[in-house]
Amino acid sequence: MSSAPVAANIEDRPRPVGDAGRAGQFVFVAAIILLCAWILVPLYLLFVNTLSSPAEVTGFPKSGLPSFSMGSVQFFLSFSGVGQALWNSLLVAVLTMVFSILLGAPAGYALSRFEFPGKEIFRLLVVMTRAFPLPLLALPLAVMFIRTGLDDTALGLALVHTVLALPFAVLITFSLFAGIPVELEEAAWTLGCNRLQAFIKVILPLVLPGIVASAVFAFTISWNEVFAASVLTIENRTLTAFLVQNLNVSPLHLKFAGGTALVLPALIFIFAVRKYLFAMWGIANR
Amino acid sequence: MAEIVIKNVAKSFGAFQALHALDMAIADQEFMVLLGASGCGKTTLLRIIAGLETPTQGEVWIGGRRVDHLPPRQRGISMVFQNYAVFPHLTVFENIAFGLRMQKMGQPEVERRVRRTAELMHIEQLLERYSGQLSGGQRQRVAVARALAMEPDVILMDEPLSNLDALLRLEMRAELKGVLAESKTTTIYVTHDQVEAMSLADRISVMNGGKIVQNDSPVEIYRNPAARFVGSFIGNPPMNFIPAKRTDNGRWAVAGLELDGPRTERELIEFAIRPEDVFPGEEGFVADVRVVEPLGAHTLVTCDVAGKPFRAVLESDRRVSPGETLKLMPAASRIRWFDLDTQTAIPA
Repeated sequence: MSSAPVAANIEDRPRPVGDAGRAGQFVFVAAIILLCAWILVPLYLLFVNTLSSPAEVTGFPKSGLPSFSMGSVQFFLSFSGVGQALWNSLLVAVLTMVFSILLGAPAGYALSRFEFPGKEIFRLLVVMTRAFPLPLLALPLAVMFIRTGLDDTALGLALVHTVLALPFAVLITFSLFAGIPVELEEAAWTLGCNRLQAFIKVILPLVLPGIVASAVFAFTISWNEVFAASVLTIENRTLTAFLVQNLNVSPLHLKFAGGTALVLPALIFIFAVRKYLFAMWGIANR
Repeated sequence: MAEIVIKNVAKSFGAFQALHALDMAIADQEFMVLLGASGCGKTTLLRIIAGLETPTQGEVWIGGRRVDHLPPRQRGISMVFQNYAVFPHLTVFENIAFGLRMQKMGQPEVERRVRRTAELMHIEQLLERYSGQLSGGQRQRVAVARALAMEPDVILMDEPLSNLDALLRLEMRAELKGVLAESKTTTIYVTHDQVEAMSLADRISVMNGGKIVQNDSPVEIYRNPAARFVGSFIGNPPMNFIPAKRTDNGRWAVAGLELDGPRTERELIEFAIRPEDVFPGEEGFVADVRVVEPLGAHTLVTCDVAGKPFRAVLESDRRVSPGETLKLMPAASRIRWFDLDTQTAIPA
C-alpha cells in the first residue's frame, strides 16, 4: 500500500468565500421554511376546512382552497352549550390573568430589587411548579375542591390555571423590572416620592406594556388549558373541555370549526404581544 | 442654612467594611469633593447622606436636624446620578417639574421654575423632548436642572461627569462650578478624577479603604499631602518617592545627595518630591533618561534614579533625549518626608 499523498486527489484551489456563504444561506432558508411549514400547514388546513361546506370537508379530492361557506361555523355557534362554554372560558381566563399578575408582578419586583436568603431557591421553585405533572395532582385537587365547594366553579379552575401561569408571570415581570435601572427609582425618592409613589409614577408607566403582555400570556395559557378544565368542571365547562367532551362524537366539519374557535384567540393574542415574549426569552427583536 | 455633620458613620456589607467610623463636617454653601479610587467608599458615604443607604452606625445631620432615620424625600437634598436617571417616559419639562409637582406646587410656579433652571442649564429648546432624543451631555444637563429646580439645601453628585467625553467634561465642569456657586447650595461631589476634584472643590476629602485620609483645601492637599497615599494619588504624574537614610541628626542621604530633613530618631524614612519641583543643573540626583514625552507646555521625562523610576517635568525648550544623564536638583522648600511605618507625613 502506498501512502501516496491524499491531498493530491483533492482539487485544492481557492474558492470564493461566497460559496460557503451560499451553502450556509441555503441551509438557513430551508430550515426557516421547514419550521414555518410545521406551524402554518396544520393551521392552514384547519382554516380551510372550517370555511368549507360539510360536503367538501368529507369529500375527495380536495381543492385545498376554502369555499368560504359559513355553514360549519354557523352550525358550531348554534350548537347548544357553545355560547356558555365560550363565556366560561373567557371568565376563567380573565380571572387567571388578574390573579397571576396580582401575585406574579410583586414577586417579580421583589426578585429584581431585593436580596434575600433563599432567592435562588425561590426562583427555581417557581419554575419547578411547571415540572409537576398535572394528572398526578388532578385527583387530590378534585377531592379538595369538592370538599371546599370550589369544584365546577370558574374561580376554582382559575386558581389552578393561575398556578400554571404564575411561573411565566413571575419570570416575565422579573425581567421587566430588572431592565429598569434602580437609579430611576432612587431619583424619584430624592425628588419627593415614597416607595409606592415612585413605583406608580416612574416604574409602572415603564413596565405597563410588558405587564399587559404577560397578562395576555396568562390569559392564553388558561384559554388553551384542557386537562384541569376537563377534570374539575362538569356543568360549567370551558370551551376546551366542552369540545374535548363533545367533538369526538361530532361530525368532522364541526371538529374543524371547534378547533378554529380555540386556536384563533390564542393566535391573535400571542401575535399582539410577541415583542415582549421575545424580550423575555432574550431574543432581540427590533 | 445647611451644614452637614457626619458623626461616627460606618457601613459594612456583610463581612466587608465599606466605611470605618467617619467624622466629617461640611459648612453651609461649601463645595466638598469626595475623592478616591473606585471601591474606597466615597459613593457609599454619599448614598448614606442621601438616605439611599442605611449606615451600620453613626449619625447624619443636615442643617441642624438629625436625618439618618428619615427617607430621602424628607432630607432636603437633591441628587444627580452617574447615569443621569432621566425618566424616559416624561418630557424634559416634566422631568424637571417632577419634584415640584410632588410638592403640589401650582402650575404657574412650576412653569417659572422649570423655565428658569432650563435657561440656566441651556436646555430651554429641549423642553418638549424625551430622554431618548437627547445626547449624553444634554441628559446630564437635564439631570442637573431637575436637581436645581428643587432649590434644595444640599446637592449630592455621584460622578456626574464621568460618562461624558473629555471635551464635554471640561466644558460642563466649568459650567457646573458657576451654576452651583450661584445657587448657594451646599454641594457634595463624588469623583475619582483628581483634576475634576482640584478644579471644583472648596475642600477635598481624599478617601482610601473606607477612611478619610486627608480633608483639606485643594492646594494644601496637593502641596502638603498628609499621607503617602495622597501624594501618590494626587498629581499627574504623582509624587516621586526615594528612600532616605539618616547620616546625622537632621541630615539624610537620598540617592547620593545629602539633604536637610526632619530631626527624628528613625533610621530610614522616605523622601518625596513632585515632578515639577526638580530642576536640571550641575548638581543633583544622577538620572538616566529612559523616556521623553513632549506634552507641549512642558516635557515629561521618565528616568532612573538609584535604580527606581523617577519622573520630572521640565521646560519644553530644553532638549533631552533618551540615554542622556541628567543632574536633577529638588527645590528645598518643596521636599516632603514620609514615615515608612505609618505612611504619614513627617513635619520637616
